[in-house]
Amino acid sequence: MANIRLAVPDTARPDEVIEIKALIQHDMESGFRRGSRGEVIPRDIITRFECRYAGNTVFAADFQPAIAANPILTFHLRATVSGPIAFEWTDQNGNQWSDEASVEVT
Amino acid sequence: MKTNRNLHLDRRQLLASAGGAIAITATPLTAFAAQEDLERARTDLFGNRVIQDGRVTLKLPPIAENGFSVPLDISVDSPMTPDDYVQRVAILSPRNPLPLIGVFHLSPHAGLARVSTRIRMSGTQEIEAVAEMNDGSLWAGRMETVVTLAACVVL
Repeated sequence: MANIRLAVPDTARPDEVIEIKALIQHDMESGFRRGSRGEVIPRDIITRFECRYAGNTVFAADFQPAIAANPILTFHLRATVSGPIAFEWTDQNGNQWSDEASVEVT
Repeated sequence: MKTNRNLHLDRRQLLASAGGAIAITATPLTAFAAQEDLERARTDLFGNRVIQDGRVTLKLPPIAENGFSVPLDISVDSPMTPDDYVQRVAILSPRNPLPLIGVFHLSPHAGLARVSTRIRMSGTQEIEAVAEMNDGSLWAGRMETVVTLAACVVL
């Protein structure tokens, strides 16, 4: 079970640009490492991240094996309406993990 | 038993086997991307369009002790309005096994074109970031980092 950590401010002024951090616990096995018997450890990585807010995809990322383990992303979002911010990660096999945070615009 | 065989080796055979040994020791190097691979990855993403220098600022530590996790911060000089914003930013490496590190897709809803993450680096190299604006123009920035312990090489 993937462990997700989000850092989203609770409140924001209208049109304020807020900073968002999203981390997911994942080995991001690159497929270039070898095990103790010299066998190649197969690749197992998250390939896609998406952040949606107020009906728009605010930010998305395509990951390659060169993204470090437990990928963390820091990005920004212009707060316009109070509501949920959805975060979704997809791995190379189509497994998905998601979480949600909410921001109150006052 | 080996020395016996070597006695009968003539110079030509010896040179051939030495060449083979060099080829074997040199092969791991070809597993790493080179500048041409970076250029190919760049062409795959953006075609043959002109890439101008500027507007993109990369922040990496000057020396990274551990190539497994190097903090990277990218900011693009853009107002991020619906008429003028950054569409995507690609991060490229001239020395990793794969030249493409990742692609970030931005939108005017982001408000600020600034993204941070942590990347893997297999050795000292100059990381490049190419930003594509909504008008189709391309801008690039670079930053070199000295990596003491490379990712991929050690287990």
